[in-house]
Formats: sequence, structure tokens, C-alpha cells
Amino acid sequence: MSITEGAVARPRAAGELCAHCGLAVPLGVVEADAPRQFCCQGCRAVYAVIHEHGLDRYYTLRDSSGSASAPASPTGRSYGEFDDPGFQARNCWRTADGVAATELYLEGVHCAACVWLVERLPGLVPGVLEVRLDLPRSRALVRWDPAAVPLSAVARQLDALGYVPHPGRGLEARALRRREDRKMLARIGLAGAVAANVMAIAFALYGGAFGGMEPEYAALFRWASLAITVPSVIWGGGVFFRGAWAALRVRTLHMDLPISIGLLAGFLHGAVNTLRGAGDVYFDSVTVLIFLLLAGRYVQRRQQRAAADSAELLAALAPSAARLIEGGGVREVPLEALLPGARVEVRAGDVVPADGVIAAGRSALDLSLLSGESRPMGVGPGERVHAGTINLVSRLEVQVEKTGEDTRIGRLMKLVEEYGRRRAPIVELADRIAGGFVGVVLILAALTFALWAPVDTGRAVDHAVALLIVTCPCALGLATPLAFSAAIGRAARAGFLIKGADVIEKLTRPGRMWLDKTGTLTAGRAALLDWRGDEAAKPLAAAAEAHSSHPLARALVAALGPAPELAVTIAETHGGGIEGEVAGRAVVVGSPDFVAARVRFVPPEFARDVRDLSEAGLTPVLVAVDGAVAAAAGFGDPLRADAETALARVGDHGWRVGILSGDDPVVVAAVGSRLGLDRADCRGGVSPEAKLRAVRDEAAAGSVVMVAEAALAAADVFIARPGVAGVADLLDGAARAMKTVRRNLVLSLCYNAAGVALAMAGLITPVVAAVLMPLSSMTVIASSYRARSFTRVPDVSRSEAPPCR
Amino acid sequence: MSVIFVLLPLALIFAAAAFGVFLWAALSGQYDDVHTPAVRILYDDEPAGRDDEPPGSAWGGT
Repeated sequence: MSITEGAVARPRAAGELCAHCGLAVPLGVVEADAPRQFCCQGCRAVYAVIHEHGLDRYYTLRDSSGSASAPASPTGRSYGEFDDPGFQARNCWRTADGVAATELYLEGVHCAACVWLVERLPGLVPGVLEVRLDLPRSRALVRWDPAAVPLSAVARQLDALGYVPHPGRGLEARALRRREDRKMLARIGLAGAVAANVMAIAFALYGGAFGGMEPEYAALFRWASLAITVPSVIWGGGVFFRGAWAALRVRTLHMDLPISIGLLAGFLHGAVNTLRGAGDVYFDSVTVLIFLLLAGRYVQRRQQRAAADSAELLAALAPSAARLIEGGGVREVPLEALLPGARVEVRAGDVVPADGVIAAGRSALDLSLLSGESRPMGVGPGERVHAGTINLVSRLEVQVEKTGEDTRIGRLMKLVEEYGRRRAPIVELADRIAGGFVGVVLILAALTFALWAPVDTGRAVDHAVALLIVTCPCALGLATPLAFSAAIGRAARAGFLIKGADVIEKLTRPGRMWLDKTGTLTAGRAALLDWRGDEAAKPLAAAAEAHSSHPLARALVAALGPAPELAVTIAETHGGGIEGEVAGRAVVVGSPDFVAARVRFVPPEFARDVRDLSEAGLTPVLVAVDGAVAAAAGFGDPLRADAETALARVGDHGWRVGILSGDDPVVVAAVGSRLGLDRADCRGGVSPEAKLRAVRDEAAAGSVVMVAEAALAAADVFIARPGVAGVADLLDGAARAMKTVRRNLVLSLCYNAAGVALAMAGLITPVVAAVLMPLSSMTVIASSYRARSFTRVPDVSRSEAPPCR
Repeated sequence: MSVIFVLLPLALIFAAAAFGVFLWAALSGQYDDVHTPAVRILYDDEPAGRDDEPPGSAWGGT
């Protein structure tokens, strides 16, 4: 590729910063003599609102917190749908005293000063009682008096402050999860408190074991430990007993089963010995075990939660309202209230709310959500549009035919969900081990009993139980979840949202990888890739095209550098090209048809060039000077600089890469051949439904991964980085994470083997168990957190964005 | 030494009380968001601040 990618410099005025967002103000909008400058109308409006309410302190706070904001873009919508009873029934709840509450997802919340500003809302809108912002999740809890103020007024005020509100969907599921999390935390607290106290008492018992202790004190300590161990075993350990029981009922083996056997053996043995007033008690081992295992589960859950939360954020951004045209007026209605047969208005920048036919207007649509096709598609009256596509250019009126789940995107999401459900449940690695583990442990325990029974039946029971306790797979139960959750957490910080541990495991079993669109491999914008003909025509063409805003014209100017200072008179310009006079010569630049209509004839060699360029997947453009064709230029999407090396890395992991895309088949084939991909693996013009079918069919045969940028939101991994390099990093990270898991499993199996040997030899005492068990757990924890599974990669696109958004 | 018969139960009662407080805090959602309050506390209320607000009830009871 000979084309350098020139960055477009934005004109900046020295020293003029936007009073709201603090970014440089473009030269064109600087107002002389104005006390404050704004970079855009959005910032001006938001500044006015903040200033009018005397909230200027926001700016001081923001500056002192060391973060910049981004240009504000209030939508000015009416948020009428927020007052709809159906909307409120779904998204709001009432507390006993007639106060209504809801959770809103706020776009653009980014720093500490935002917390201050958003929580000032009760002072701005009378009737709002309280707003609490959860900064990491961008969720605001709003409590208001529905008799005094409608929710739409609250939403409008938030919008005016520059925080576009979205309904916080999935309220019930989230409330349920929150309750679960709280209960889990309480369990951990109990288990921790019990473990610490039992341990303190155990120290006294150990002292007694070595130095002698009067029996009444020993009895006191035992009874006290037993008393406080009971709640920990019942409430904390209940998690594992329930898990084991549920697994047993469906006749599967789960990691919880060996854990439960160990816990119960230790507890019952200790309880019996306490009652008897003789023998060892293992209460400290049992309680520490419960605490560590619960803490491990909690950490794992938190990490998966974080990934799920981020996925929900994306869902919250989907439109919640449509503009219904009714009796000459337009009003906003909730999406759920939209019925087939209605007519809706779709303004530029809006997402099309339903499937339908264009009744009036012409525009271009961004179909990337549906098909992955990156180029905008022109549409006009009578043509079909689909929900989820974005209207880019101008207002459309759409006659609604299908809504909600009946729309194409709705059906697609359902297909994806069904496919997800039908996938065989991934049995976690540790659970698979658990099956064999239970059997082996029980046999060993029986063996120990049999070995010692001839010597002394009482000691035989003691040693068999000691074996069950030390082999209680604490390290094993911690090893896998901890390693996976540490990896998922690090992955999230590196820009990958991974939905679950099984996904990491899947990523290490190579198979077939489909890329959803060529844009993953290419720069995503047009560039001049080929020039055939007269070099002298270049400056002339560039000078003429400098007067056009067409993407191809921009690409030409970017490739040829700043136009020399030539006198230019533009005679005619429209979508097909541009015609004018440059330095006294007549210049025509445009599509082959446009140019052919303006010159006497197109020489056959140029006609051939045009054909060649088209076949190579490029967009041909002809340049004519003084009435004769001078050159043919080919425009296309250049490959990303890192595409080739990244693909090679993906290949090194054993994956076979192909493109399964909705893009033009010719373009797909061209990109594929430039990267050396197998021709049969580069399929273009594939509908989303067909993609899903292809993935499903191949999944039956082996491992298959689809790398989609937007289309299938139900994907297992969301990569917040452009390009295929991110995929390669993801595979690297997954491979390292699996290595950590295997190392952890080996470590904990070694500990267990040592424990078994000691127990069978009759050498396990409560003290040995108390040392051995935490030691094994700590090794596994250290090993999980030291592993560098996903390294942080300096993100180029991030550095251009405001720091904390 | 027999004072241990009094001290040990006493210590356990203290521990139980502390756990009771923790239980309340966890179940009423005090640990739901551990990031924002750290930020919120940095801002002094203005004189006519928000002292009419019931403390800490926000995420409870949902």
C-alpha cells in the first residue's frame, strides 16, 4: 500500500477553550468579544442550564478532580414515553408512602463532579426527592413524588444537563442479583468471623495438646468451638450442600460434592468427639475452609457480574421511543405502544424503531447492526427499512409493518438466544475432575480404614475421617474459579468483556473463526489505492476535489496532499462527480458514467482499467482533462497496518480464519486475497440469519467462533478494541489463563496427594491439617493473581478521547 | 484461670454483636457501591445543603 494515511488536522484557535467541556474551540465558531466560547451548541445549552441554576461549582469540582468532560449533546427530546403507564409499570416501582422510584442509565456520566451535579437534581426539579448516582455503573436511582412532577420532566432536566437518560431495563433481574450478592456477602462475613474465633480457640487447644491442659478447660474450648461452628456450617456451608444435593438429584457430580463430604466429615467427627470428650476436633480447618471457599465463589461472581453489567449497558442504549405521526402532529410513544399500521417519523441520527416501508423522504441508512455492511445504503419511498438500522442523512416517514419481536432484528435476537440455550452445558474443568475425585477419595478412605482396623477400630475411624478432611478439595475448589475470575477481571481492564469461564476454555480449543465484516481487517474508510494514467493530472484532480465533501473526494485529497494553489472554478457538482476549471484547464472527476457523459469518448484502455478496478473490489473513478480521459483511479478500504501480523498470530493458535460477511462479495474476496485467506473461506453478501445458521452447523462439528462487531449482541466476548489484533490478544490471554488453571490444578492435586499419604500413615493431626490446608489455598491464590493472562495494551483510540469517559 | 469461663462467652457475645452490625450493613446494601460514596464525601454541602434527607436509605429496600 503506497498510500499514507494522513490525519486531518482540526483548525484550532490558540487559547480559546470551550467554557463547558474545556476542549479547543474550532476557529469557525469563535465569537469575537463574547465572554465565553463554546465548541458546539450542545455545550452552550448545557452551560446555560448549569449557570442559570447557580451550579457553576461543577466546573471547579471537575477541574479539581483532574478530569475533562466531552462535548455535551442534549437531545432535547420530550421523553413523553417515560410517563406512559406501561413504561412505568415495567421500569418504576412505588414505595409505601406514595413515592415513586426508578433506575435510569445516564449517558455521559464520567467523573466525580458528575456525581455532584446529578445529585443536585432535587434542587432543580421540585418534586424530586432524591437522586443517587452509582458512578461505576452509570446508574442513577431517582425517587420522586409522582403527584408533584412527571418522570418526563426529570428526564428532560437530566437531558438538559447533558446526561441523556435511558430506562434501566431488567430491573427485577438486577434486584434479584443484588439481593443474592448481599446474602452472599453476609455469609462470607459470618464464615470469616467464625473462622477467626474458632482459630483463636484452636490455638489454646494446640497449646494444651503440647503442654498439657486440664480437662475442664479443654472441654470448654471444644464446646465453644462447636457452638460457633454450627451456624457457619449450616448457613455458610449450606451453599455447598445444596449444590451437591442438586447435582446428585440430576445424577451428575459437581465440585460441591467432595467439598460437602469433607466439611461434613470434619464437622460430624468433631461434634462426636466433643460429645465423647475425647479425640481430635477439626473445627478450625472446617471453618477456614468454608470461609475461603465462599470468598472464592464471591470473587468469581463479581467478575462475571461486571461483564454482564457492561453488556446490559449496551442493551439500555437501544431506543425506547418512536415518533408517532398522528392527526398532523408528532408525539413520542414508547416502543411497546407502537402498532403495525402506524406511521412514524425517523429523524437523521435516529434508530429506525420498527420494520416498515418508507412512505416519504430519501436518506441513507447505516445497516451495520443488521448486516455488518459498512457502507451507507441509499433508500427512497416504497423501500423496506428494518428496525435497528440508523438513519444517517434526512427525515423519513415510515409506515410500520412489524414491531418488537416480529421485526427482523427481533427474530434474529431470538434465534441467537435459542442457539445459546441449545448449546450443551459446558461442564467446568474442575467439575469434570470432581467426578473421578470423589470416587478415588472414598476408595482411599475405605482403604485407610481397612488398613488400620486390625490395629484399633477407633484409630481407623480417626484416620479415615482425617483423610476425608485433608482431601476436601479446598485448593481444587478455589483453583479454577479464582484463576478464571482473575483472568476475566484483567481481560475487562484490557478491553475484553468475557461472559464466563467456559468461554475462556472454549477459546483455547482452536477451530474455525469467522470475521463478521471486512471492517475488522480494514481501516474502515476509503483511500486511494490505485492510480493508472497521467501523473500530471493528479494535482488538477486534487484541486478540483478539494471543493467536494464526498468521501472519495476527501480520500483523493488526503492521498495527494494539499492542493497546489490553482485557480479553481467549479461549474457543476453532484453525487456522481465534479466538473470545473482548474488553472485554465477543464477538469472532470467522477464515476465512469459521469465522466463518459462529459467527454467525447472513453479510450478502451481506460474502459479496461475501470473493469479491472471493479473486479478487484475497488470503486473506479475517471479523471478527464480538457475533454480527454487522463487517468483512472481506484478507491477502496485499505487494510489495517496490523491485520496481517494479527491474522498470523491467530493462525499460530491453530484457528482457521474466514470472512462471513454481509459486505459486497467482490470486496470480501478482494480483502481476503490481499491477506492470503482461502478463497472458499471468504463469503460475502451473507444475511445475518445465514451467518447464524453457518455458525450453528459448524459448531456441531467442532469449535467455532464468530467475531462480530455489532450484529449479534449475545456474543460470548465483547471486544472494545478495533481490528483483529484484539482477537489475537484475546487468544493469547485465554491460552495463558488456561495454563494458570492447569498449574493450579496440578498444585492442588499435589497437596492432596501429600495429604492422603500422611492420613494413610496416620500422621494427620488437627495441627498438621490446620497448616496444610491454608498453605495449599494460599499457593493457589497467589498463583492465580500473579498470572499475567491479559496484559494491558496501550490503546491509541483511547488517548484521543477525554480521560475518564 | 477459671475466669475464662466468663471471658470466653463474653468475647463471643461481642463478636456476635459485631457480626449483627455487619449483617445489617450487608443486607441493607451498604456494600453495593463502594466507589461512589468515596467520591461523594469529597464535596462539602453548601450551607443550605441537603440535611433534610434521610441518611443512607437510598439503595435499601429495593
